[in-house]
Amino acid sequence: MSVAGRDVTRTIEAVWRIESARLIAGIARLVRDVALAEDLAQEALVAALEQWPESGVPDNPGAWLMATAKHRGVDRLRRAEVHQRKTEELGRDAELRSPADDYLAAAADDPFDDDLLRLIFTACHPVLSPDARVALTLRLLCGLTTREIARAYLTSESTVAQRIVRAKRTLSVAHVPFAVPGRDELRERLASVLDVIYLIFNEGYSATAGERLIRPELMEEALRLGRILAELLPGEAEVHGLVALMELQASRTRARISPSGDQVLLLEQDRSRWDWLLVGRGLRALERAYATRGPIGPYTLQAGIAACHARARRPQDTDWERIVALYDGLAQLMPSPVVELNRAVAAGMAFGPQAALEIVDRLREEPALESYHLLPSVRGDLLDKLGRPDEARAEFERAAQRTANSRQRAALLERADACASPR
Amino acid sequence: MRVMVLIKATEQSEAGEMPSQELLEQMTAFNEELVRAGVMLAGEGLHPSSAGVRVEFSGAERKVIDGPFAETKELLAGYWVWQVRSMEEAVEWVRRIPNPTGEHGVVEIRPVFEADDFGEEFTPELREREERLRAQTEAGA
Repeated sequence: MSVAGRDVTRTIEAVWRIESARLIAGIARLVRDVALAEDLAQEALVAALEQWPESGVPDNPGAWLMATAKHRGVDRLRRAEVHQRKTEELGRDAELRSPADDYLAAAADDPFDDDLLRLIFTACHPVLSPDARVALTLRLLCGLTTREIARAYLTSESTVAQRIVRAKRTLSVAHVPFAVPGRDELRERLASVLDVIYLIFNEGYSATAGERLIRPELMEEALRLGRILAELLPGEAEVHGLVALMELQASRTRARISPSGDQVLLLEQDRSRWDWLLVGRGLRALERAYATRGPIGPYTLQAGIAACHARARRPQDTDWERIVALYDGLAQLMPSPVVELNRAVAAGMAFGPQAALEIVDRLREEPALESYHLLPSVRGDLLDKLGRPDEARAEFERAAQRTANSRQRAALLERADACASPR
Repeated sequence: MRVMVLIKATEQSEAGEMPSQELLEQMTAFNEELVRAGVMLAGEGLHPSSAGVRVEFSGAERKVIDGPFAETKELLAGYWVWQVRSMEEAVEWVRRIPNPTGEHGVVEIRPVFEADDFGEEFTPELREREERLRAQTEAGA
Protein backbone atom coordinates (compact mmCIF):
# COMPACT_ATOMS: atom_id res chain seq x y z
CA MET A 1 0.00 0.00 0.00
CA SER A 2 1.57 3.26 -1.02
CA VAL A 3 1.37 6.39 1.03
CA ALA A 4 1.42 8.84 -1.80
CA GLY A 5 2.92 12.24 -1.33
CA ARG A 6 4.21 11.62 2.17
CA ASP A 7 7.68 10.83 3.33
CA VAL A 8 7.88 7.09 4.02
CA THR A 9 10.51 7.63 6.69
CA ARG A 10 8.12 9.75 8.71
CA THR A 11 5.43 7.13 8.26
CA ILE A 12 7.82 4.48 9.56
CA GLU A 13 8.57 6.69 12.57
CA ALA A 14 4.85 6.96 13.24
CA VAL A 15 4.42 3.18 12.94
CA TRP A 16 7.34 2.74 15.30
CA ARG A 17 5.79 5.01 17.89
CA ILE A 18 2.54 3.05 17.68
CA GLU A 19 4.04 -0.44 17.63
CA SER A 20 7.39 -0.33 19.42
CA ALA A 21 6.24 -0.89 23.01
CA ARG A 22 4.17 -3.94 22.11
CA LEU A 23 6.89 -5.16 19.78
CA ILE A 24 9.61 -4.94 22.44
CA ALA A 25 7.27 -6.44 25.03
CA GLY A 26 6.31 -9.33 22.78
CA ILE A 27 9.92 -10.19 21.96
CA ALA A 28 11.02 -9.74 25.57
CA ARG A 29 8.54 -12.42 26.61
CA LEU A 30 10.24 -14.83 24.21
CA VAL A 31 13.87 -13.98 24.91
CA ARG A 32 13.35 -13.00 28.57
CA ASP A 33 15.78 -10.14 28.12
CA VAL A 34 14.62 -6.55 27.66
CA ALA A 35 17.93 -5.29 26.29
CA LEU A 36 18.11 -8.04 23.66
CA ALA A 37 14.44 -7.48 22.84
CA GLU A 38 15.04 -3.82 22.19
CA ASP A 39 18.05 -4.59 20.00
CA LEU A 40 15.99 -6.99 17.92
CA ALA A 41 13.14 -4.51 17.63
CA GLN A 42 15.62 -1.87 16.48
CA GLU A 43 16.97 -4.28 13.87
CA ALA A 44 13.44 -4.76 12.60
CA LEU A 45 13.06 -1.00 12.41
CA VAL A 46 16.27 -0.71 10.38
CA ALA A 47 14.97 -3.42 8.04
CA ALA A 48 11.72 -1.46 7.64
CA LEU A 49 13.65 1.69 6.85
CA GLU A 50 15.56 -0.22 4.16
CA GLN A 51 12.63 -2.08 2.65
CA TRP A 52 9.44 -0.06 3.03
CA PRO A 53 10.47 2.86 0.83
CA GLU A 54 10.69 0.30 -2.01
CA SER A 55 7.97 -2.17 -1.10
CA GLY A 56 5.55 0.24 0.54
CA VAL A 57 4.24 0.05 4.09
CA PRO A 58 2.75 -3.40 4.72
CA ASP A 59 -0.92 -3.71 5.56
CA ASN A 60 -0.13 -4.96 9.04
CA PRO A 61 3.12 -3.19 9.92
CA GLY A 62 3.10 -4.41 13.52
CA ALA A 63 3.02 -8.05 12.48
CA TRP A 64 5.75 -7.42 9.87
CA LEU A 65 8.02 -5.88 12.49
CA MET A 66 7.35 -8.72 14.94
CA ALA A 67 8.09 -11.42 12.36
CA THR A 68 11.27 -9.65 11.26
CA ALA A 69 12.48 -9.18 14.83
CA LYS A 70 11.85 -12.86 15.60
CA HIS A 71 13.82 -13.96 12.53
CA ARG A 72 16.70 -11.72 13.51
CA GLY A 73 16.57 -13.17 16.99
CA VAL A 74 16.76 -16.73 15.74
CA ASP A 75 19.64 -15.82 13.42
CA ARG A 76 21.49 -14.09 16.16
CA LEU A 77 21.05 -16.87 18.70
CA ARG A 78 22.16 -19.47 16.16
CA ARG A 79 25.18 -17.45 15.17
CA ALA A 80 26.17 -16.94 18.75
CA GLU A 81 25.51 -20.62 19.44
CA VAL A 82 23.61 -19.72 22.50
CA HIS A 83 22.07 -22.42 24.58
CA GLN A 84 19.67 -24.58 22.61
CA ARG A 85 16.85 -23.95 25.04
CA LYS A 86 16.70 -20.26 24.17
CA THR A 87 16.37 -21.01 20.48
CA GLU A 88 13.48 -23.30 21.21
CA GLU A 89 11.87 -20.62 23.28
CA LEU A 90 12.15 -18.19 20.42
CA GLY A 91 10.48 -20.56 18.02
CA ARG A 92 7.76 -21.35 20.44
CA ASP A 93 4.59 -19.38 20.01
CA ALA A 94 2.90 -20.74 23.09
CA GLU A 95 2.32 -18.42 26.00
CA LEU A 96 4.78 -18.58 28.82
CA ARG A 97 2.90 -17.85 31.97
CA SER A 98 4.16 -17.72 35.50
CA PRO A 99 1.83 -18.27 38.47
CA ALA A 100 2.30 -14.59 39.36
CA ASP A 101 0.61 -13.69 36.09
CA ASP A 102 -2.66 -15.25 37.09
CA TYR A 103 -3.84 -11.96 38.44
CA LEU A 104 -3.73 -10.69 34.91
CA ALA A 105 -6.06 -13.25 33.50
CA ALA A 106 -8.89 -11.22 34.95
CA ALA A 107 -7.36 -7.87 34.12
CA ALA A 108 -6.47 -8.45 30.51
CA ASP A 109 -7.56 -11.14 28.10
CA ASP A 110 -5.13 -10.09 25.40
CA PRO A 111 -1.69 -11.73 25.73
CA PHE A 112 -0.11 -8.60 24.23
CA ASP A 113 -1.53 -6.62 27.11
CA ASP A 114 0.21 -8.96 29.54
CA ASP A 115 3.49 -8.42 27.74
CA LEU A 116 3.03 -4.67 27.81
CA LEU A 117 2.36 -4.74 31.54
CA ARG A 118 5.46 -6.86 32.10
CA LEU A 119 7.48 -4.29 30.16
CA ILE A 120 6.02 -1.42 32.18
CA PHE A 121 6.82 -3.10 35.50
CA THR A 122 10.33 -3.97 34.30
CA ALA A 123 11.12 -0.44 33.10
CA CYS A 124 9.92 0.98 36.41
CA HIS A 125 11.59 -1.66 38.57
CA PRO A 126 12.77 -0.45 42.00
CA VAL A 127 16.34 -1.68 41.42
CA LEU A 128 16.67 1.24 39.01
CA SER A 129 17.22 4.85 40.04
CA PRO A 130 14.30 7.21 39.36
CA ASP A 131 16.24 8.83 36.50
CA ALA A 132 16.89 5.44 34.95
CA ARG A 133 13.23 4.45 35.28
CA VAL A 134 12.15 7.63 33.51
CA ALA A 135 14.69 7.21 30.70
CA LEU A 136 13.86 3.54 30.19
CA THR A 137 10.12 4.21 30.25
CA LEU A 138 10.35 6.98 27.65
CA ARG A 139 12.57 4.79 25.52
CA LEU A 140 10.86 1.39 25.76
CA LEU A 141 7.24 2.40 26.30
CA CYS A 142 6.90 5.73 24.54
CA GLY A 143 9.26 4.83 21.70
CA LEU A 144 11.27 8.03 22.10
CA THR A 145 14.78 8.08 20.70
CA THR A 146 17.75 8.86 22.89
CA ARG A 147 17.97 12.24 21.17
CA GLU A 148 14.31 13.04 21.88
CA ILE A 149 14.70 12.13 25.54
CA ALA A 150 17.85 14.26 25.78
CA ARG A 151 16.04 17.18 24.18
CA ALA A 152 13.06 16.86 26.49
CA TYR A 153 15.28 16.81 29.56
CA LEU A 154 17.78 19.35 28.24
CA THR A 155 20.66 16.99 28.72
CA SER A 156 23.15 15.46 26.34
CA GLU A 157 22.44 12.46 24.18
CA SER A 158 25.45 10.63 25.59
CA THR A 159 24.17 11.12 29.16
CA VAL A 160 20.82 9.59 28.26
CA ALA A 161 22.43 6.79 26.25
CA GLN A 162 24.69 5.92 29.18
CA ARG A 163 21.80 6.01 31.58
CA ILE A 164 19.84 3.56 29.42
CA VAL A 165 22.80 1.22 28.92
CA ARG A 166 23.46 1.20 32.65
CA ALA A 167 19.79 0.64 33.44
CA LYS A 168 19.65 -2.38 31.15
CA ARG A 169 22.82 -3.75 32.74
CA THR A 170 21.34 -3.27 36.21
CA LEU A 171 18.22 -5.20 35.20
CA SER A 172 20.36 -8.01 33.84
CA VAL A 173 22.78 -8.18 36.78
CA ALA A 174 19.89 -8.16 39.26
CA HIS A 175 18.17 -10.94 37.26
CA VAL A 176 14.97 -8.92 37.21
CA PRO A 177 12.40 -11.31 35.74
CA PHE A 178 10.28 -10.17 32.81
CA ALA A 179 7.10 -10.52 34.78
CA VAL A 180 4.27 -8.73 36.47
CA PRO A 181 4.74 -8.73 40.24
CA GLY A 182 2.66 -11.15 42.25
CA ARG A 183 -0.41 -10.02 44.04
CA ASP A 184 1.41 -9.52 47.33
CA GLU A 185 3.72 -6.87 45.95
CA LEU A 186 1.60 -5.56 43.08
CA ARG A 187 0.36 -2.43 44.83
CA GLU A 188 3.82 -1.40 45.96
CA ARG A 189 5.33 -1.97 42.53
CA LEU A 190 2.40 -0.22 40.89
CA ALA A 191 3.06 2.82 43.07
CA SER A 192 6.56 2.96 41.58
CA VAL A 193 5.11 2.83 38.04
CA LEU A 194 2.63 5.60 38.82
CA ASP A 195 5.38 7.73 40.34
CA VAL A 196 7.46 7.42 37.17
CA ILE A 197 4.51 8.47 35.00
CA TYR A 198 3.72 11.44 37.25
CA LEU A 199 7.39 12.42 37.30
CA ILE A 200 7.32 12.61 33.51
CA PHE A 201 4.05 14.55 33.59
CA ASN A 202 5.35 17.03 36.12
CA GLU A 203 8.53 17.61 34.17
CA GLY A 204 6.22 18.70 31.36
CA TYR A 205 3.75 20.60 33.55
CA SER A 206 6.31 22.55 35.54
CA ALA A 207 9.71 22.00 34.06
CA THR A 208 12.62 22.10 36.48
CA ALA A 209 15.11 23.22 33.87
CA GLY A 210 15.31 25.35 30.79
CA GLU A 211 13.58 28.37 29.40
CA ARG A 212 10.21 26.80 28.88
CA LEU A 213 7.99 26.17 31.86
CA ILE A 214 5.65 23.83 30.11
CA ARG A 215 6.72 21.01 27.85
CA PRO A 216 3.51 19.70 26.40
CA GLU A 217 5.19 16.77 24.71
CA LEU A 218 6.19 15.26 28.07
CA MET A 219 2.73 15.91 29.49
CA GLU A 220 1.20 14.17 26.50
CA GLU A 221 3.51 11.15 26.78
CA ALA A 222 2.67 10.78 30.47
CA LEU A 223 -1.04 11.16 29.84
CA ARG A 224 -0.91 8.61 27.09
CA LEU A 225 0.96 6.12 29.28
CA GLY A 226 -1.51 6.70 32.08
CA ARG A 227 -4.47 6.14 29.77
CA ILE A 228 -2.88 2.93 28.46
CA LEU A 229 -2.21 1.67 31.99
CA ALA A 230 -5.81 2.45 33.00
CA GLU A 231 -7.02 0.01 30.34
CA LEU A 232 -4.43 -2.61 31.34
CA LEU A 233 -5.26 -2.49 35.06
CA PRO A 234 -8.86 -1.22 35.15
CA GLY A 235 -9.40 -2.57 38.67
CA GLU A 236 -6.75 -0.44 40.34
CA ALA A 237 -8.19 2.78 41.78
CA GLU A 238 -4.91 4.65 41.91
CA VAL A 239 -4.26 4.21 38.19
CA HIS A 240 -7.51 6.00 37.43
CA GLY A 241 -6.71 8.48 40.18
CA LEU A 242 -3.42 9.37 38.53
CA VAL A 243 -5.07 9.68 35.12
CA ALA A 244 -7.75 11.92 36.63
CA LEU A 245 -5.13 14.11 38.30
CA MET A 246 -3.15 14.49 35.07
CA GLU A 247 -6.22 15.16 32.91
CA LEU A 248 -7.46 17.81 35.34
CA GLN A 249 -4.09 19.50 35.71
CA ALA A 250 -3.54 19.43 31.96
CA SER A 251 -6.97 20.98 31.45
CA ARG A 252 -5.71 24.20 33.02
CA THR A 253 -2.60 24.56 30.88
CA ARG A 254 -4.02 27.30 28.66
CA ALA A 255 -5.34 29.34 31.59
CA ARG A 256 -2.14 29.19 33.62
CA ILE A 257 -0.46 31.85 31.52
CA SER A 258 -1.77 35.35 30.93
CA PRO A 259 -1.41 36.98 27.49
CA SER A 260 1.60 38.88 28.86
CA GLY A 261 3.22 35.60 29.84
CA ASP A 262 2.56 35.89 33.55
CA GLN A 263 1.63 32.91 35.65
CA VAL A 264 -2.02 32.96 36.70
CA LEU A 265 -3.04 31.48 40.06
CA LEU A 266 -5.83 28.93 40.09
CA LEU A 267 -8.49 31.16 41.62
CA GLU A 268 -7.66 33.94 39.18
CA GLN A 269 -7.74 31.77 36.09
CA ASP A 270 -10.27 32.40 33.35
CA ARG A 271 -12.17 29.15 33.64
CA SER A 272 -13.60 29.48 30.14
CA ARG A 273 -10.06 28.87 28.96
CA TRP A 274 -9.84 25.52 30.69
CA ASP A 275 -9.87 22.55 28.37
CA TRP A 276 -13.33 21.21 29.09
CA LEU A 277 -12.75 18.04 27.11
CA LEU A 278 -9.95 17.16 29.52
CA VAL A 279 -11.99 18.32 32.53
CA GLY A 280 -14.73 15.88 31.53
CA ARG A 281 -12.22 13.09 31.01
CA GLY A 282 -10.62 13.83 34.38
CA LEU A 283 -13.93 13.73 36.23
CA ARG A 284 -14.87 10.47 34.52
CA ALA A 285 -11.50 8.93 35.40
CA LEU A 286 -12.07 9.93 39.02
CA GLU A 287 -15.47 8.24 38.96
CA ARG A 288 -13.79 5.10 37.63
CA ALA A 289 -11.29 5.27 40.51
CA TYR A 290 -14.06 5.35 43.09
CA ALA A 291 -16.10 2.74 41.21
CA THR A 292 -13.32 0.16 41.62
CA ARG A 293 -14.14 0.17 45.33
CA GLY A 294 -10.46 -0.63 45.84
CA PRO A 295 -8.23 1.24 48.25
CA ILE A 296 -7.63 4.80 47.10
CA GLY A 297 -4.31 6.51 47.57
CA PRO A 298 -2.61 9.87 47.22
CA TYR A 299 -3.27 10.25 43.48
CA THR A 300 -6.99 9.71 43.82
CA LEU A 301 -7.12 12.13 46.74
CA GLN A 302 -5.20 14.79 44.84
CA ALA A 303 -7.43 14.22 41.84
CA GLY A 304 -10.40 14.64 44.17
CA ILE A 305 -9.04 18.03 45.21
CA ALA A 306 -8.44 19.04 41.60
CA ALA A 307 -11.97 17.89 40.78
CA CYS A 308 -13.44 20.19 43.45
CA HIS A 309 -11.89 23.09 41.56
CA ALA A 310 -12.93 21.70 38.19
CA ARG A 311 -16.56 21.35 39.27
CA ALA A 312 -16.76 24.96 40.45
CA ARG A 313 -17.77 27.15 37.52
CA ARG A 314 -16.76 30.19 39.57
CA PRO A 315 -14.06 30.31 42.28
CA GLN A 316 -16.67 31.25 44.90
CA ASP A 317 -18.53 28.00 44.14
CA THR A 318 -15.56 25.91 45.33
CA ASP A 319 -16.43 23.23 47.88
CA TRP A 320 -13.65 24.12 50.32
CA GLU A 321 -14.94 21.88 53.10
CA ARG A 322 -14.58 18.88 50.84
CA ILE A 323 -11.10 20.02 49.87
CA VAL A 324 -10.13 20.22 53.55
CA ALA A 325 -11.48 16.71 54.11
CA LEU A 326 -9.47 15.42 51.14
CA TYR A 327 -6.34 17.13 52.47
CA ASP A 328 -7.01 15.49 55.83
CA GLY A 329 -6.91 12.14 54.06
CA LEU A 330 -3.82 13.09 52.10
CA ALA A 331 -2.02 14.25 55.25
CA GLN A 332 -2.66 10.84 56.79
CA LEU A 333 -1.41 8.91 53.74
CA MET A 334 1.65 11.03 53.09
CA PRO A 335 2.30 13.44 55.93
CA SER A 336 4.32 16.40 54.72
CA PRO A 337 4.65 20.02 55.84
CA VAL A 338 3.76 21.20 52.32
CA VAL A 339 0.54 19.17 52.33
CA GLU A 340 -0.17 20.58 55.78
CA LEU A 341 0.34 24.13 54.57
CA ASN A 342 -2.04 23.51 51.68
CA ARG A 343 -4.53 22.05 54.12
CA ALA A 344 -4.24 25.23 56.15
CA VAL A 345 -4.97 27.41 53.14
CA ALA A 346 -8.02 25.32 52.30
CA ALA A 347 -9.16 25.41 55.93
CA GLY A 348 -8.87 29.18 55.82
CA MET A 349 -11.20 29.28 52.82
CA ALA A 350 -13.64 26.82 54.39
CA PHE A 351 -13.70 27.82 58.05
CA GLY A 352 -12.07 31.24 58.24
CA PRO A 353 -8.60 32.54 59.02
CA GLN A 354 -8.53 31.55 62.70
CA ALA A 355 -8.85 27.83 61.93
CA ALA A 356 -6.11 28.12 59.33
CA LEU A 357 -3.80 30.06 61.62
CA GLU A 358 -3.91 27.26 64.17
CA ILE A 359 -2.61 24.79 61.59
CA VAL A 360 -0.01 27.22 60.28
CA ASP A 361 1.29 28.01 63.75
CA ARG A 362 1.99 24.34 64.34
CA LEU A 363 4.20 24.42 61.24
CA ARG A 364 6.39 27.30 62.39
CA GLU A 365 8.92 24.98 64.04
CA GLU A 366 9.04 22.72 60.99
CA PRO A 367 12.67 22.62 59.79
CA ALA A 368 11.63 21.67 56.24
CA LEU A 369 9.77 24.95 55.90
CA GLU A 370 12.44 27.08 57.55
CA SER A 371 13.46 28.92 54.40
CA TYR A 372 10.16 28.47 52.58
CA HIS A 373 8.71 31.89 51.81
CA LEU A 374 5.21 30.52 51.43
CA LEU A 375 4.84 29.83 55.16
CA PRO A 376 5.23 33.46 56.33
CA SER A 377 3.34 34.67 53.28
CA VAL A 378 0.33 32.46 54.09
CA ARG A 379 0.59 33.40 57.78
CA GLY A 380 0.77 37.08 56.90
CA ASP A 381 -2.35 36.80 54.80
CA LEU A 382 -4.25 35.11 57.65
CA LEU A 383 -3.10 37.67 60.23
CA ASP A 384 -4.10 40.48 57.89
CA LYS A 385 -7.59 38.96 57.54
CA LEU A 386 -7.78 38.65 61.33
CA GLY A 387 -7.11 42.39 61.70
CA ARG A 388 -3.58 42.04 63.08
CA PRO A 389 -1.74 44.32 60.59
CA ASP A 390 1.52 44.76 62.49
CA GLU A 391 2.15 41.03 62.77
CA ALA A 392 0.99 40.55 59.20
CA ARG A 393 3.45 43.15 57.94
CA ALA A 394 6.33 41.43 59.77
CA GLU A 395 5.38 38.12 58.15
CA PHE A 396 5.23 39.57 54.64
CA GLU A 397 8.63 41.18 55.19
CA ARG A 398 10.02 37.85 56.37
CA ALA A 399 8.56 36.14 53.31
CA ALA A 400 10.14 38.81 51.08
CA GLN A 401 13.54 38.05 52.61
CA ARG A 402 13.14 34.38 51.87
CA THR A 403 12.47 34.63 48.18
CA ALA A 404 15.16 35.05 45.60
CA ASN A 405 12.69 36.18 42.97
CA SER A 406 12.63 39.94 42.52
CA ARG A 407 9.06 40.13 41.22
CA GLN A 408 7.84 37.98 44.04
CA ARG A 409 9.76 40.06 46.58
CA ALA A 410 8.27 43.27 45.25
CA ALA A 411 4.76 41.84 45.50
CA LEU A 412 5.33 40.70 49.10
CA LEU A 413 6.77 44.07 50.16
CA GLU A 414 3.77 45.72 48.56
CA ARG A 415 1.51 43.58 50.73
CA ALA A 416 3.62 44.47 53.78
CA ASP A 417 3.16 48.18 53.05
CA ALA A 418 -0.57 47.75 52.58
CA CYS A 419 -0.83 46.23 56.08
CA ALA A 420 0.60 49.36 57.66
CA SER A 421 -1.79 51.78 56.02
CA PRO A 422 -5.00 52.75 57.83
CA ARG A 423 -7.82 50.37 57.11
CA MET B 1 -0.93 17.20 19.24
CA ARG B 2 -4.64 16.90 18.97
CA VAL B 3 -6.41 16.14 15.72
CA MET B 4 -10.03 16.04 14.69
CA VAL B 5 -10.77 13.16 12.39
CA LEU B 6 -13.78 13.94 10.22
CA ILE B 7 -15.65 11.06 8.68
CA LYS B 8 -17.34 12.28 5.53
CA ALA B 9 -20.87 11.26 4.77
CA THR B 10 -21.75 8.69 2.15
CA GLU B 11 -25.01 8.04 0.32
CA GLN B 12 -25.70 5.25 2.79
CA SER B 13 -25.04 7.38 5.87
CA GLU B 14 -27.16 10.18 4.45
CA ALA B 15 -29.94 7.70 3.72
CA GLY B 16 -29.88 6.79 7.40
CA GLU B 17 -28.88 3.19 6.71
CA MET B 18 -27.47 1.64 9.87
CA PRO B 19 -24.07 -0.04 9.46
CA SER B 20 -23.98 -3.82 9.15
CA GLN B 21 -23.37 -6.04 12.17
CA GLU B 22 -19.94 -6.84 10.78
CA LEU B 23 -18.96 -3.18 10.46
CA LEU B 24 -20.31 -2.36 13.90
CA GLU B 25 -18.25 -5.13 15.47
CA GLN B 26 -15.11 -4.08 13.66
CA MET B 27 -15.63 -0.43 14.52
CA THR B 28 -16.14 -1.30 18.18
CA ALA B 29 -12.90 -3.26 18.15
CA PHE B 30 -11.12 -0.37 16.44
CA ASN B 31 -12.45 2.13 18.96
CA GLU B 32 -11.27 -0.12 21.79
CA GLU B 33 -7.86 -0.25 20.16
CA LEU B 34 -7.74 3.56 20.09
CA VAL B 35 -8.68 3.74 23.75
CA ARG B 36 -6.10 1.14 24.74
CA ALA B 37 -3.42 3.01 22.83
CA GLY B 38 -4.25 6.17 24.75
CA VAL B 39 -5.14 7.91 21.49
CA MET B 40 -8.90 8.37 21.76
CA LEU B 41 -10.15 11.52 23.48
CA ALA B 42 -13.66 11.74 22.15
CA GLY B 43 -15.81 10.71 19.22
CA GLU B 44 -19.41 10.50 18.10
CA GLY B 45 -21.48 9.49 15.12
CA LEU B 46 -23.84 12.05 13.61
CA HIS B 47 -27.41 11.69 12.41
CA PRO B 48 -27.90 12.24 8.67
CA SER B 49 -28.18 15.85 7.53
CA SER B 50 -31.97 15.41 7.23
CA ALA B 51 -31.97 15.78 11.02
CA GLY B 52 -29.71 18.83 10.85
CA VAL B 53 -30.22 22.55 10.59
CA ARG B 54 -28.05 25.27 9.10
CA VAL B 55 -27.95 28.89 10.08
CA GLU B 56 -26.66 31.18 7.37
CA PHE B 57 -25.08 34.49 8.35
CA SER B 58 -25.21 37.50 6.10
CA GLY B 59 -24.90 40.94 7.62
CA ALA B 60 -27.56 41.27 10.28
CA GLU B 61 -29.65 38.54 8.69
CA ARG B 62 -29.86 35.00 10.08
CA LYS B 63 -31.44 32.46 7.81
CA VAL B 64 -32.38 29.07 9.24
CA ILE B 65 -32.37 26.23 6.72
CA ASP B 66 -33.61 22.74 7.49
CA GLY B 67 -31.76 19.65 6.22
CA PRO B 68 -31.19 17.48 4.30
CA PHE B 69 -28.39 19.13 2.41
CA ALA B 70 -27.39 18.24 -1.11
CA GLU B 71 -23.59 18.08 -1.24
CA THR B 72 -23.18 14.61 0.36
CA LYS B 73 -19.39 14.48 -0.03
CA GLU B 74 -18.96 17.66 2.00
CA LEU B 75 -21.18 16.50 4.83
CA LEU B 76 -20.05 14.77 7.99
CA ALA B 77 -21.17 11.43 9.37
CA GLY B 78 -19.05 11.44 12.51
CA TYR B 79 -15.87 12.58 14.16
CA TRP B 80 -13.13 11.57 16.54
CA VAL B 81 -10.77 13.69 18.58
CA TRP B 82 -7.41 11.99 18.95
CA GLN B 83 -4.20 12.70 20.80
CA VAL B 84 -1.32 11.76 18.52
CA ARG B 85 2.34 12.64 18.21
CA SER B 86 2.25 13.67 14.57
CA MET B 87 0.05 13.92 11.50
CA GLU B 88 1.80 10.79 10.27
CA GLU B 89 0.61 8.91 13.32
CA ALA B 90 -2.93 10.13 12.68
CA VAL B 91 -2.68 8.95 9.06
CA GLU B 92 -1.41 5.58 10.27
CA TRP B 93 -4.41 5.16 12.56
CA VAL B 94 -6.84 6.30 9.86
CA ARG B 95 -5.38 3.72 7.48
CA ARG B 96 -6.45 1.11 10.03
CA ILE B 97 -10.12 2.15 10.14
CA PRO B 98 -12.06 -0.97 9.20
CA ASN B 99 -13.88 -0.93 5.88
CA PRO B 100 -15.21 -4.47 5.44
CA THR B 101 -17.50 -3.69 2.50
CA GLY B 102 -14.80 -1.91 0.53
CA GLU B 103 -17.12 1.04 0.16
CA HIS B 104 -15.68 4.33 -1.05
CA GLY B 105 -15.27 6.79 1.77
CA VAL B 106 -13.27 9.84 2.77
CA VAL B 107 -11.79 10.64 6.16
CA GLU B 108 -10.19 14.02 6.74
CA ILE B 109 -7.64 14.77 9.47
CA ARG B 110 -7.33 18.31 10.76
CA PRO B 111 -4.93 19.45 13.50
CA VAL B 112 -6.64 21.29 16.33
CA PHE B 113 -5.28 24.71 17.28
CA GLU B 114 -3.50 24.39 20.59
CA ALA B 115 -1.55 26.74 22.76
CA ASP B 116 1.08 24.03 22.85
CA ASP B 117 4.09 26.18 22.24
CA PHE B 118 4.50 28.65 25.03
CA GLY B 119 8.23 28.81 24.31
CA GLU B 120 8.77 32.54 24.27
CA GLU B 121 6.27 33.36 26.94
CA PHE B 122 8.12 31.42 29.59
CA THR B 123 10.98 33.36 31.05
CA PRO B 124 13.34 32.16 33.79
CA GLU B 125 11.67 34.66 36.09
CA LEU B 126 8.37 32.93 35.58
CA ARG B 127 10.00 29.64 36.34
CA GLU B 128 10.90 30.84 39.82
CA ARG B 129 7.34 31.90 40.39
CA GLU B 130 6.32 28.44 39.39
CA GLU B 131 7.75 27.05 42.61
CA ARG B 132 5.29 29.10 44.57
CA LEU B 133 2.51 27.85 42.35
CA ARG B 134 3.45 24.24 42.85
CA ALA B 135 2.49 24.43 46.47
CA GLN B 136 -0.49 26.63 45.83
CA THR B 137 -2.09 25.15 42.78
CA GLU B 138 -4.25 22.61 44.49
CA ALA B 139 -4.99 24.75 47.52
CA GLY B 140 -5.92 27.61 45.27
CA ALA B 141 -4.34 30.21 47.50
